[in-house]
Amino acid sequence: MKLDTTGLESFPSLLAPQSDVVGELSAAPSFDLPNSNDVSIQFDGFLKEAIQMVKPAKGTTTLAFIFKEGVMVAADSRASMGGYISSQSVKKIIEINPYMLGTMAGGAADCQFWHRNLGIKTSLLPSFCSSLLHLGIPWLFPYNFVIDIVAAAIVEKEQKKWCRLHELANKRRISVTGASKLLANILYSYRGMGLSVGTMIAGWDETGPGLYYVDSEGGRLKGTRFSVGSGSPYAYGVLDSGYRYDLSIEEAAELARRAIYHATFRDGASGGVASVYYVGPNGWKKLSGDDVGELHYHYYPVTPSTVEQEMVEATGA
Amino acid sequence: MECVFGLVGNGFAIVVADSSAVHSILVHKSNEDKIMVLDSHKLIAASGEPGDRVQFTEYIQKNVALYQFRNGIPLTTAAAANFTRGELATALRKNPYSVNILLAGYDKETGPALYYIDYIATLHKLEKGAFGYGSYFSLSMMDRHYHSGMSVEEAIDLVDKCIMEIRSRLVVAPPNFVIKIVDKDGAREYAWRESVKDTPVPSA
Repeated sequence: MKLDTTGLESFPSLLAPQSDVVGELSAAPSFDLPNSNDVSIQFDGFLKEAIQMVKPAKGTTTLAFIFKEGVMVAADSRASMGGYISSQSVKKIIEINPYMLGTMAGGAADCQFWHRNLGIKTSLLPSFCSSLLHLGIPWLFPYNFVIDIVAAAIVEKEQKKWCRLHELANKRRISVTGASKLLANILYSYRGMGLSVGTMIAGWDETGPGLYYVDSEGGRLKGTRFSVGSGSPYAYGVLDSGYRYDLSIEEAAELARRAIYHATFRDGASGGVASVYYVGPNGWKKLSGDDVGELHYHYYPVTPSTVEQEMVEATGA
Repeated sequence: MECVFGLVGNGFAIVVADSSAVHSILVHKSNEDKIMVLDSHKLIAASGEPGDRVQFTEYIQKNVALYQFRNGIPLTTAAAANFTRGELATALRKNPYSVNILLAGYDKETGPALYYIDYIATLHKLEKGAFGYGSYFSLSMMDRHYHSGMSVEEAIDLVDKCIMEIRSRLVVAPPNFVIKIVDKDGAREYAWRESVKDTPVPSA
């Protein structure tokens, strides 16, 4: 591999044809890169840096909580690549089966974005990419999110498949506990390969409502209230202050919507539409999907402000 | 941040762990039980990466159970500790688990025991041990106030002293702790020390 140093030259060589003598002297020296299997050397440390940079900021806001009537799940709909908003209509709440929902933050949001917007054939992608992952080639992809898309696609498809297989084998729906463990185990097997996924599995099973938080580091937590993504601290603030166990469905939906709205207001990586789902004994139902811009004017209507002082035409001297 | 510590008393061993699940600045959960009941007379308290912690302790638990099924006798605490160390050591040069472990157990022949196993597979038999940021406080507290042959009341007093010291001196102190005990009657939960309570949810 030769280093491409053309970018360092002050004039593009195409425009200024060099004379042989000067060209030989001024041409930047090119040298071979060390041939190594160490990933950090292969890409001059860039890839590792990119992973470290992308990992903590799961540019999104998702939340879910258990209350008296079931589980409320909500998310924003923005996909961003750094400062660029790549989509405002991402479906971050994934319908696993009629009784279970999953939320996706991190690479998975990208995954959905690519699925829906680029129309990649899901059935081909996982088999193709899993072979790459097993060969240890994911490092060939220049950007972290590509790996995420790949893996999240596998993860999502695998989980759907496994849940269905469980249903067929055991004549009953998979429990939320089981499904989340399945997902955690899949993610754990890919640990250290640069994945970035933060997800919640929410649903209703034989034991009632269930909620788990699962992430790409292999962590899995059972709980009653979770929020994931870069906007999650903002969402937690609203959620914690407004949460009671005996909330009605309407109140819970409003709390979830409001928490997402406030997170999108403060977090630049979250925005678009605040969608709210409810999972009860009869399965999930989408309750609402509101543009957060419209929500803003709904919550804080524009009031005509009193004019303190008006400009007056200066009278000519 | 993580605090795990334990001590051996007269005919029992106690292990204490914080119960916070933390991600960067966020506390996702404050009632996460980090002490697993390994078998009827063993406790395993683990700190480290959450994924590794759960996967590794479950793996050890299942293998200890398998041994018991195959041979009809349970592993002694020393055997379980050495097995755990061995598994950590074989994994160390492949894909290491980042978990630090305190293993407490009670055997009829040898009585209570506490083993310290860190993520690089160091094994020590101790009468008191600690991991994490809490160790800076709890170790000295235990060095000062521990004596051999402590009663349960004395030991719990010391544990509470340690918890109070951690809560008052550690910047990133976890709010809640779980205390478990193992003696001749088996391994069980002893008490929780909670300063922040999550909204209780009646489990269905």
